[in-house]
Amino acid sequence: MTDALTGGKHSRTSEREPDGASAGPGLLARLIRIRELSILLVTVAAVIYFVAASGPGFSTTQNYHTIAQYVAPWAIVGAGEVLVLICGQIDLSAGFVFTLSPFVLVLFNNNGWPLLLAVIGSIVVSALIGTVNGLVHTYFGLSSFITTLGMAFLLWGLELIISGGSPVSAPSGNWVASAFGGWGWSEFLWALAVVAVMQLVLSTTRFGIATQATGGNPVGASEAGIRTNRIKVICFTIVGGLAGLAGILQGTRVGSYDPTNGGFNTMFYAVASAVIGGTALLGGSGTVIGSFLGALLLGLVYDGFNLMGISANAFYLVLGIAILVAALLNVYVTVVRKRIGTKGRS
Amino acid sequence: MSEPNGPAEIIRAEHISKRFGAVRALADINLSVRRGEVLGLIGDNGAGKSTLIKILTGYHQPDGGRLLFEGAPVQLKSVTHARSLGIETVFQDLALVNDLPVYLNLHLNKELVHKPLPFLRRKEMKRQARAALDGVGINIPSVTAEVGQLSGGQRQAIAVARSVYSNNTKLLLLDEPLAAMGAKEGGMILRLIDELRRRGDLAIILIAHNYSQVVDVCDRVNLLQHGEITFDKPSKETSVTELLDLVHAEYKLNN
Repeated sequence: MTDALTGGKHSRTSEREPDGASAGPGLLARLIRIRELSILLVTVAAVIYFVAASGPGFSTTQNYHTIAQYVAPWAIVGAGEVLVLICGQIDLSAGFVFTLSPFVLVLFNNNGWPLLLAVIGSIVVSALIGTVNGLVHTYFGLSSFITTLGMAFLLWGLELIISGGSPVSAPSGNWVASAFGGWGWSEFLWALAVVAVMQLVLSTTRFGIATQATGGNPVGASEAGIRTNRIKVICFTIVGGLAGLAGILQGTRVGSYDPTNGGFNTMFYAVASAVIGGTALLGGSGTVIGSFLGALLLGLVYDGFNLMGISANAFYLVLGIAILVAALLNVYVTVVRKRIGTKGRS
Repeated sequence: MSEPNGPAEIIRAEHISKRFGAVRALADINLSVRRGEVLGLIGDNGAGKSTLIKILTGYHQPDGGRLLFEGAPVQLKSVTHARSLGIETVFQDLALVNDLPVYLNLHLNKELVHKPLPFLRRKEMKRQARAALDGVGINIPSVTAEVGQLSGGQRQAIAVARSVYSNNTKLLLLDEPLAAMGAKEGGMILRLIDELRRRGDLAIILIAHNYSQVVDVCDRVNLLQHGEITFDKPSKETSVTELLDLVHAEYKLNN
């Protein structure tokens, strides 16, 4: 550290830089400060690669539609997981909320509830499952890993009992069904809307700041008067509700509610999207946009490999490498940002 | 003498005692601080410093004796209660969030929004943060820098600035703000404390181990030994040697 940092008052005015724009570090530092930049570059590179390598089949509306269908559920559940991860927690049960919610919808619908009400009711039930996760975690001090692992298996069993283990055809032919997945692009539009709203909540509201503080320094946050337990319960509630919504959208789009859908698979893709997008697993930082880009990258790779005729098995290889590289890059970029941040003030 | 800002004596402790089971942490504490005064509180480990701080901040309730805040008897029911009166503490863990920028740390849980909309007023918070830091003479190059990127001294300074600026703070307790800090960094904090004293609207209790810094920056020094204030003198009338002798005398006798 130099005098500008710690020095006397006489050096203060001359060496201070205007807020926000730091002249010293220059363009590179400013770009590195944008957390999502690296993942955006990788995503763009992936598009260029697949356009070149997988032939004319890639750049078609139909294929983009396919990619959008892969991306949407991961992006929606991922938007919720980002919040929980920023709190320093994880929700392993979100994938089974995803599986369960369409069957709750059918249950309500069969009991005479109009479809729209059944959709809303099912999302509320999903959100309440998240609330229970949050309350068990905060009241009993049980780690969220264990809490939501237990909840995951519980929901798995519940969902198999309700469904009897066999799929049910999804409602169709009216506007509610069309709006909630029936129309081809509706699921992706929901994903975009969810990502936009959640990012806005995270970066422009007091709740967003409180969430980051809760994960970044739990003791400090509560000393500052933030009710960290309440923040965590709200985050678990949000991821539950979003997972329920995504499950309904996905099932309605496919036309059938399948008890083998979702599960740990969907949950781990959502968490992978968040981590690839720069969310720290230990809490404190992360963005919903980053998680969306992570989901987009996974969707591109999955789709591109299919078109190129590469075995689906290789996808997992790439997925694994992508997660490791993303996590390492995240650590490395943080170090570089710190170094540049320090240099810029010397 | 007229007192435009209320009574000059911010806090007074009278015969405060505290026990934890069989352990007598505080026996008979008598202490007071005036507005614009910096009181240095020194004492060996286990003398009762942290118990005393926790009583002054409402974390513990005393078993006996009483506290007067601005001349009136008061029972501090909780940390929140003490804070609402204007008693702020900067603990050693600082309570800063490393991933958030300086200006959001300064406004933590007191963020400004565009009422009635819930959106943050970032520009205004940055401006206020800059003004607050300049106001107490803290040199932070950018209020948008993440706190985790700053040095220990800067982080300490931000924590102090936050507790001074965010409320109608009347009493500021600094729990070993100079611990584990280099000379240069410590110098910055000492200048900050000096600046706050010059403003004259705060009473400050500084808990410290380094006696030379205490003598330098404090107006008065209290020595805490076995749960009692055994020494109370203006800094000008004492010296590092005297303080060291006092503490070491006890040490030698006990051996």
